[in-house]
Amino acid sequence: MMETVRTQALTRRFGELVALDQLTLAVEEGEIFGLVGPDGAGKTTTMRLLTGILEPSSGEAWVDGLHAVRDAEAIKDRIGYMAQRFGLYPDLTVQENIDFYADLYEVPKAGRSERLERLLAFSNLTPFRRRLAGNLSGGMKQKLGLACALIHTPRVLFLDEPTNGVDPVSRRDFWRILYQLQQERVTIFVSTAYLDEAERCNRIGLLHQGRLMACDTVDGVKGLLKGSLLEVRCESPRRAALLLRAAKIGSVALFGDRIHVLAENADRGRSGVEAILRAEGFVCHGVDVIEPTLEDVFTSALPSGAA
Amino acid sequence: MSALNLRRLGAVARKEFIHVLRDPRALGIAIVLPMIMLMIFGYALTMDLDRVPLAIWDQSRTPQSRELVSRFEGSRYFSVVARPGSYAEAEDTLARGQTMMALVIPVEFGRRVASGRKTQVQVLTDGSDANTTTLALSYADAIVRNYSQEILVEKARRLTGRPPALPLDLRFRAWFNTDMESRIFIVPGLIAVIMMLITALLTSLTVAREWETGTMEQLISTPLRGSELILGKLAPYFAIGMVDMLLSVLAGRFLFDVPIRGSLVLLFGVSAIYLVGALSLGILISTKAKTQLLASQFAFVATFLPAFLLSGFMFDIANMPKALQAVTYLIPARYFVTFLRGLYLKGTGLAQLWPECLLMVAFGALMLSLAIRSFQKRLA
Repeated sequence: MMETVRTQALTRRFGELVALDQLTLAVEEGEIFGLVGPDGAGKTTTMRLLTGILEPSSGEAWVDGLHAVRDAEAIKDRIGYMAQRFGLYPDLTVQENIDFYADLYEVPKAGRSERLERLLAFSNLTPFRRRLAGNLSGGMKQKLGLACALIHTPRVLFLDEPTNGVDPVSRRDFWRILYQLQQERVTIFVSTAYLDEAERCNRIGLLHQGRLMACDTVDGVKGLLKGSLLEVRCESPRRAALLLRAAKIGSVALFGDRIHVLAENADRGRSGVEAILRAEGFVCHGVDVIEPTLEDVFTSALPSGAA
Repeated sequence: MSALNLRRLGAVARKEFIHVLRDPRALGIAIVLPMIMLMIFGYALTMDLDRVPLAIWDQSRTPQSRELVSRFEGSRYFSVVARPGSYAEAEDTLARGQTMMALVIPVEFGRRVASGRKTQVQVLTDGSDANTTTLALSYADAIVRNYSQEILVEKARRLTGRPPALPLDLRFRAWFNTDMESRIFIVPGLIAVIMMLITALLTSLTVAREWETGTMEQLISTPLRGSELILGKLAPYFAIGMVDMLLSVLAGRFLFDVPIRGSLVLLFGVSAIYLVGALSLGILISTKAKTQLLASQFAFVATFLPAFLLSGFMFDIANMPKALQAVTYLIPARYFVTFLRGLYLKGTGLAQLWPECLLMVAFGALMLSLAIRSFQKRLA
């Protein structure tokens, strides 16, 4: 397997703030890699460093074998980038925007219209080709951005929170397109703050306050959670959670009306939880062992107070 | 670095054309504003003085005094708007701004003129605006002197039987602007000032807008080069600038009746060079400012004020303090004003105006290369 994206202690500071701290990771060809983390974790900074539009303070990065600083301009020929903020021209039509980017990437005239038709078709934008980009809905704007980033058949696609503020149906469409691209061996480097979306990636990197906390397959990351995860259903879950947290029986997090408790041992944890709740007069409806989600990993792996 | 890619340059130019054509406000600024400025400044900025409002208090009421009054009434420089009957009334017309000047003819005027004795007339003026007052006074002085001379001549003719020969006679002829109308002088300079302002104002927004709306981040992630972006952005504004130039020249010719004595090819050729410089200055400002508001304000201050005040358009450079004169050499509008006036009024060509033309070429080349170089394909 070939590494398409590689970083080595990549660091970027803005004055006092360390936006990205010693990031070292590798993404293989044809992989969908998700950079996952809350706002301000350093996702956008990473994207900008890899696409050659921001210089690192220290460390190095390579994209498709090219150095991100020395060969920044050569990298730009081979990648597609979709910035977090809609970067297209609202006063140009869908087709004009795509044509503009096709010219910037010198897409040959021959075969261009077929490619355009295909992109419009698989992003469901064909009926809107003459509509001004500014009049598109949020989801359609994102698909147009993707079409523009794909017009030159890039080897690597960088998508910075592409489905932020997009409705669930459009989001599913969007991912359908990404999977199709993966069939064509395009490497996709996507950032997201949505954990359900992160589960769709082959591998993910958890980024928090500029640091890479974990980097593995989704299951691998979940496996980092040592112990058993218990889901507690009881009365007054908010107060019960405070109580359990005070009892220090493990990592405690509130998910709606349920409490997740990470215990070293399932049975001992269960009896412990039940004993504490009973002692304080809470009615307990049940304690079950469940499969952890990424959110559980996040809330328990991150330093307290962060999640 | 490989050479310019014309396809990418063309793509940027086409996109910019679409921006302008779909934005009525931009088109308005581009086409209507220069015309409005030409109208306002062309009509308002006349430095000719005529129809000075005048009050006349004729206390003499004799044929001699009426003759003097009729000479004022007949002059195109004066317009008699009040006939006060006292000093208080005359002063009141000045104070209220109804008149700029009051002529007071004393009671004994007719009698003294008839008897050939020296006599006086009094002129009261509103001295607030020194230049205008001086000009109006010299007109009044000329009328009174003329009358006085005729009285002398008449007297001499009666004594000797034939008109005397005056010892000195000034014959003068104004070249280039034969009728000495200031608009013929003002309009060419005005075109230079307007072109500087409009073009820099237009381009000052283009790069800053892309930073502000976030489209620049997308652009700099593509293989597009800075030179292609800058030149592509210049193209449509260059076309608009040339249309503005054509409209201004047409307005000057047919609305203000300003003749063009020099070569039209030279006029538009040099204008094109000046435009490139002014447009590039706008882009340079835009790449540095990064917000549209700051860019347009800076463009206004950096172009309009110097072009208006220090180009020789409003104030004669030769009369400025030495230090300020040195500064004017840095202002490209100075060369364009000189060039346009020479070409319009005197019909001079490259033989006389080559230093100005050469300096404009230098300004254009410098601004363009600075604009290209100042554009960074990186986020700050």
